[in-house]
Amino acid sequence: MFISQISIFLENVRGSLRNMTELLGEKGINLLAISIADTSGFGIVRVIVNSNEIERTLKILQEAGYIAKPNRVICVRVPHKPMGLAKVLACLDEASISVEYSYSFYKSNFNDACIIIRPSDLERSVNVLQSAGISMVSQHEVDAF
Amino acid sequence: MSILNPAIECMSREEMTKLQSQRLQSAVKHEYDNVPFYRKRMDEAGVKPEHILGIEDLHLLPFTVKDDLREGFPLGLLAVPKEQIVRIQGSSGTLGNPILVGYTAGDIEIWTEMVARALTALGCRKDSIVQVAYGYGLFTGGLGLHQAASRLEAMVIPMSSGNTQRQLIMMRELGTTVLCCTPSYAAFLGETARDMGILSQLKLKSGCFGGEPWSEKMRQNLEGLLNIDARDIYGLSEIAGPGVSFECEEKNGLHINEDHVIAEIIDPESGEKLPYGASGELVMTTITKTGQPMIRYRTRDICTLDNQSCSCGRTTIRMGRLTGRTDDMLIIRGVNVFPGQIESVLAGVSEVAPHYLLVADREASVDKLEVRVELTEDMFSDTVGQIQSISNTIASQIKSVVGIQADVKIVPPRSLPRSEGKTKRVLDNRRV
Ligand SMILES: [Zn+2]
Repeated sequence: MFISQISIFLENVRGSLRNMTELLGEKGINLLAISIADTSGFGIVRVIVNSNEIERTLKILQEAGYIAKPNRVICVRVPHKPMGLAKVLACLDEASISVEYSYSFYKSNFNDACIIIRPSDLERSVNVLQSAGISMVSQHEVDAF
Repeated sequence: MSILNPAIECMSREEMTKLQSQRLQSAVKHEYDNVPFYRKRMDEAGVKPEHILGIEDLHLLPFTVKDDLREGFPLGLLAVPKEQIVRIQGSSGTLGNPILVGYTAGDIEIWTEMVARALTALGCRKDSIVQVAYGYGLFTGGLGLHQAASRLEAMVIPMSSGNTQRQLIMMRELGTTVLCCTPSYAAFLGETARDMGILSQLKLKSGCFGGEPWSEKMRQNLEGLLNIDARDIYGLSEIAGPGVSFECEEKNGLHINEDHVIAEIIDPESGEKLPYGASGELVMTTITKTGQPMIRYRTRDICTLDNQSCSCGRTTIRMGRLTGRTDDMLIIRGVNVFPGQIESVLAGVSEVAPHYLLVADREASVDKLEVRVELTEDMFSDTVGQIQSISNTIASQIKSVVGIQADVKIVPPRSLPRSEGKTKRVLDNRRV
């Protein structure tokens, strides 16, 4: 139920995001989702790529001098209506699981919205969400984008 | 505690100034006439020996730096024919040529006298048993202390450094009373003696410790551990060797042997002479040395000079403990910052010590220090909060170690400038 994601450290200066995305683009890596957390000094860029491309993506980045690490997140499917996401977050909160960060992910063949979440406790959050009947997007579904 | 040469060591300021002035005047003339290097430098600076009438004219003379000695390798700065040189000492540079120093018989005499004053100040006499555990060789520590202890007719044990167990056996069996070595080796000897259970069998009374900077805390440790009076001795081979200055029983600064060297403190940036009490670079001029004399030699050591009277009776000025080196010092809001301090903080946050750069800037006439730290693999985590908490930890540790607030900026790996050889650790943008 986990989705693989790559986190990359970037300096918060003009052109750094462009350089990084161009580097991956030129090597034929397609970014399925991207999110940027920025501070005044630096940023962390998180990207989702096809799971077959993760190793190659890491290699390209590291060879170019970036610090990049793979990690796992979950992706929930929530109905496109008010309170859709709030219900998911309430489930996690009631189980004392906090959300480190979250971003949305567009998948055209789904009617539902897809939200990527990095919970404080990955394993437990999957159980909590499954027993609440909330469906999650699998890596296989992501790859079939 | 006694004074070896009270006529000199307790001389009035007026007499000392007169003595130094006379000696400086003739030394400069001798050097101008006999050392092409000094003649060239003085000509370039537009100074002639006749312009130097006393110590008040010292500032007219050009500085001499370590590189001048290196470029003159092996013995480019000799002021006498080579036949008059009776000894070579020196220091091994980690980069480039070693620095060699040639001594005439008279220079050895002077050096011996300086160290003998230091040993006398810590109670060394004819009946003392002196163990010299400084290295013997080109390094001036071993022979410097050996000569002086011999001059005082003490019993000398020339152990040189190392072989700790044997050092301790000799110390116990011969009843060593004065230990001469680096402070860190003294601590090691003490700890080993304690582990061997022979600490109480030692008869040590005092220690003559130099060759590296040490602190008051270290003094307390050594005095407690070895049950001795621990004294600092300072020197450098370019000037003579150990004994250029030494501590008396007051342990409040090191008395400089001013009849042989003139000490100044300068601003390492501007070269301007600073008043007593101000912290700056120590500059020394030899006034009695004939083999390889030094004119305004920049030691790169940072300290202060104190001309207030000392209760020991000596009237010579004293230098404070060394607080660092000019090579890589930054002064931020009046606080000296050394890369080594920042390095020790960074060593604690990452397994691989991160590359860093200290950047000084001035904003609205306030000095600011930015510490740029290259991110390492193990510092990187997926969340902003964790990286920020690492930089907060670094900032608060810098605050407690150095005493100033620094802005810590985490930068990507390999983004800081690299240079060949010595890595650049400091960038000062304030010189505008
Ligand atoms: Zn004194």
